[in-house]
Amino acid sequence: MNAVGFPLLSLLTFLPLVGAAITMSVRGEDAVVARNARWIALWTSLGVFLLSLILWARFDRGTAEFQFVERVSWLPEFGVGYHMGVDGISVLFVLLSTALTPICILASWEAITARVREYMVAFLVLETMMVGMFAALDMLVFYVFFEGVLIPMFLIIGVWGGARRVYAAYKFFLYTLLGSVLMLLAILYLWREAGTTDIPTLHRHAVPIAAQAWIFFAFLASFAVKVPMWPVHTWLPDAHVEAPTAGSVILAGVLLKMGAYGFIRFSLPILPEASAQFAPLIFVLSVVAVAYTSLVALAQEDMKKLIAYSSVAHMGIVTIGIFTFNQQGLSGALFTMLAHGVVSGALFLCVGVLYDRVHSREIARYGGIAGIMPSYGLVFLFFTMASVGLPGLANFVGEFLVIVGAWKVNPWVAAGAALSMILGACYMLLLYRRVAFGRVTREDLRALLDLSPREYAVFVPLVLVTLWMGVYPQSFLDVFETSVAALIQRHEAALSAARLAGL
Amino acid sequence: MFVGAIFFPLLGATISGFLGRWIGSRASQWASVGCMVLAAICGVLAFAEVAMDGRPATVGIATWIDVGGFELAWALRYDTLAAVMVAMVTVISTLIHLYSVGYMSHDATPPRFFAYLSLFTFMMLMLVTADNLAQLFFGWEGVGLASYLLIGYWYDRESANAAAMKAFIVNRVGDFFFMLGVALVFLTFDSIDFSEIFAAVPQHTGDTFLGLNSIELIGVLLFLGACGKSAQLGLHTWLPDAMEGPTPVSALIHAATMVTAGVFLVCRMSPLMEYAPNALTLVTFVGASTALFAATIGCVQNDIKRIIAYSTCSQLGYMFFAAGVGAYQVAMFHLFTHAFFKALLFLGAGSVIHAMSDEQDIRRMGGIWSKIPVTYAVMWVGSLALAGIPFFAGYYSKDAILEAAFAAHSLVGGYAFLCGILAAFLTAFYSWRLLILTFHGEPRADEHTMEHVHESPVVMLAPLLLLAVGAVLTGYLFYDFFVGEQEHAFWAGSIVNAAHNHVLHDMHEVPAWVPLAPTVVGVLGIALAYFLYMVAPGLPARLAAAVPALYRFLLNKWYFDELYDRIFVNPARRLASVFWKVGDARIIDGMPNGAADLAAGAARGAVRIQTGRVANYAFAMIIGLVFFVSLFMLGLR
Repeated sequence: MNAVGFPLLSLLTFLPLVGAAITMSVRGEDAVVARNARWIALWTSLGVFLLSLILWARFDRGTAEFQFVERVSWLPEFGVGYHMGVDGISVLFVLLSTALTPICILASWEAITARVREYMVAFLVLETMMVGMFAALDMLVFYVFFEGVLIPMFLIIGVWGGARRVYAAYKFFLYTLLGSVLMLLAILYLWREAGTTDIPTLHRHAVPIAAQAWIFFAFLASFAVKVPMWPVHTWLPDAHVEAPTAGSVILAGVLLKMGAYGFIRFSLPILPEASAQFAPLIFVLSVVAVAYTSLVALAQEDMKKLIAYSSVAHMGIVTIGIFTFNQQGLSGALFTMLAHGVVSGALFLCVGVLYDRVHSREIARYGGIAGIMPSYGLVFLFFTMASVGLPGLANFVGEFLVIVGAWKVNPWVAAGAALSMILGACYMLLLYRRVAFGRVTREDLRALLDLSPREYAVFVPLVLVTLWMGVYPQSFLDVFETSVAALIQRHEAALSAARLAGL
Repeated sequence: MFVGAIFFPLLGATISGFLGRWIGSRASQWASVGCMVLAAICGVLAFAEVAMDGRPATVGIATWIDVGGFELAWALRYDTLAAVMVAMVTVISTLIHLYSVGYMSHDATPPRFFAYLSLFTFMMLMLVTADNLAQLFFGWEGVGLASYLLIGYWYDRESANAAAMKAFIVNRVGDFFFMLGVALVFLTFDSIDFSEIFAAVPQHTGDTFLGLNSIELIGVLLFLGACGKSAQLGLHTWLPDAMEGPTPVSALIHAATMVTAGVFLVCRMSPLMEYAPNALTLVTFVGASTALFAATIGCVQNDIKRIIAYSTCSQLGYMFFAAGVGAYQVAMFHLFTHAFFKALLFLGAGSVIHAMSDEQDIRRMGGIWSKIPVTYAVMWVGSLALAGIPFFAGYYSKDAILEAAFAAHSLVGGYAFLCGILAAFLTAFYSWRLLILTFHGEPRADEHTMEHVHESPVVMLAPLLLLAVGAVLTGYLFYDFFVGEQEHAFWAGSIVNAAHNHVLHDMHEVPAWVPLAPTVVGVLGIALAYFLYMVAPGLPARLAAAVPALYRFLLNKWYFDELYDRIFVNPARRLASVFWKVGDARIIDGMPNGAADLAAGAARGAVRIQTGRVANYAFAMIIGLVFFVSLFMLGLR
């Protein structure tokens, strides 16, 4: 059946649901319920994380094949099956999801006081959806999880969010749903065309060139919103600002990666000609995203909004990398996705630390924090520098590879990507300067306490991973190297086959 | 030994940074000083082995990145070029650490300061011992980070924060080009490993990219990167502002770490630059222009540290045009001697500032030479070396640079020679202007300050005296090795001069007046300063009043800051708010919000129809019936 001999991926996917069910059944006084719910959620997510480490340890880096495969026939007459498996591209995202969930639960420990049980349930369901999405090898299953993510996230923003939470939640939901509907149409077409929704089979299926463009745009509509690409990015700042801290972390850390993952999993291998044909479009949108959103970030007055806009800029680099179709660009894009997941998640947590204490996200409300909370100042600086792409920290490796990869394709695109080095430094340093440096102008800030042991427990793993990714990125690059190489090889083979057919 | 020289500073930074709170301020200061001493010992030993004995080595540490033929390793490359830098950086940095123990004694958080200082040194060492361009970039950016932290060390000052940000961002502009240069190197050579690039350069001289010669383009891009770090014309604006940091930081930035990185990069890439004559012409031109430009500004500044800062900028210009005419060895020689006397000048200035209760304006000093004689003496030594007066360190290296520029026999070489001679005159002038205004004449400070003028403690004076020894002797001792007869054996191939490049030979055969010229103009500059500020002290003010436009132009640093604010900063701000308020809020969000409003409006309209009265519905039905029946009838006919 697979390397471990038991359905590890299904276990990873559905264990959080079991935890959610147990959490649901907790009864008693409010305080007791809240405490129990927290602990159950934490232990469940930690358990899932530990299990996912098996995935990491047993994953064979030498092959581009799908591993830990599970296959159960579901609707055989329609060619639809329950098919799970991971390759080098998806395995790290499964790990990213399982690693961020316990951190998020820990981060919401004291911040969430109302409806704690429901909140924890929502998070565990969210984890199921995320893991399932990255592990799904059947398009229908993928679609179910892809859409399923929306529901808990919608609730997390809409119920536990800030003042304008309802507007933000609806905007988030409608934007992403609109794109997804078009994707469903594309899936239906592919199913009619190939007779199956099995992803590995579809990878080998040659879609008629005439149809590729339509399918490409249908997928683009869905993935571009999720990434988000310019100009469909405006739901993100609103959603981030209104979401509770942990919601922002998952949103930035995992949900944004779903769009880019979709490009790599579907657009590139299934629609090689259309992808190559429309790569210039993606480049233009991405470079605009980098320049435009970086500038917009510069003008922000709200910490979370600033980081949200910076996410859009970083994801612009990711989409550039994906559509370079070469080893450096794609590896760089994948690495940037992971690094951004960790670093921007951590930055939102940094904002959360202040928000928990002062209940304001306004940049002007702060100043001189580095002197009052030195450890916090250091952590915040660390992640600021990581976000700026300082060599030796996580983001640099990915951005550097993308620039090298893009330079091969088109130097102007590379220059556009490199522009984020300058602009990124501008807005992040401006943020850090206004929050952490300067004179303390608000006397009430002087009473703030430095990081608590719980907050240390949240940040220390993230700091270590960021350093690890920066100093020894090879341990991550190794994982997806073979899969990326196979993907590019297939892509090139398909292109040359099409060219031959054209002759 | 090789590893120790690099990683002891990191150890020191870690100890004082993370353990500082537990082991106390005193212990963490001395721990980092101790680590630096160990590093300096290792550094000097490494220099002796690699450069003097001629045994270069490469110490591998680990793989860093390996993606599809893009391979990078963490490794320490010790050839003569690196060893010179390692020895110089560790020694100077050690002295600065020691000095800081005294200078920062009244500060609130010395462990933080020492952690940054050691981190700074570590990053610079990583930079100079890099084995490939990416590791060099690691050090390069690390230096940027550390300088950001140190310039903004007193972070409750608005000006310090602004200066720190400016330094980082201007450097980033240079890094932008550097990154693109690295990408082009990879595209051209399929590697960014130094040894592989250098071996492959001759095969790629004909490559073109976007219709331009690849090697030339790489040279230009990397040089633009170097401009950011080394504060050359156009990207120099951060350097004078960097004076906001504590004085030892200025000394470290200007002497040993950071600004020398750009010169080092050009020298490191010499095997490639040799094949990029047009890029070298650009290097010469920019270097020469910077040398003169910065010197003109230095003549009218009033902040003691700013004057020295502009002199650094100017001296870096010298180094660049030396490299530009192909005399990399000479550039490195000036870098080496300059490190000693510039550190000396800065630390001396720090000692003055310390004595004057944090006063930095030379218009409010004067008449203090007898109260701080040691500082006074070392400032003289530093100035003599800077002005290139015979037998002080600067004399040997600056003379060599001007000879090389003259010997280049090219148009741009001639331009560089001319700029260099003029700048040498101005250098001597502003150095003595500084000395005279600071130490001589009537005391212009208030009485309270004057009463407190005192000589610095031993822990500050000892580094000053050691550096003074260096400022006197390094030129004489190392001339033969760096540029003289033993030059070839000393560099042992770590700097490459192509077969067509004879400048190192020709520079020893220039006409006799050429080596004399810098000394003569130097003495003239001193004489002018003596005349203007000692003999006729009223004259400078009258001169300034006579040509107010020129004076303001120089005082405002050629209006570069204002220009950049106009061209870049303000438009970016405006564009940012337009994009946000109009682009995002109105246009992009306008569409879905408008669609939502439309839907809501339509729904409200629909609601109005559904009144719930049966009569209304019946009426609507009848109208419909009439309509369809009449349609049917008309259709029949």
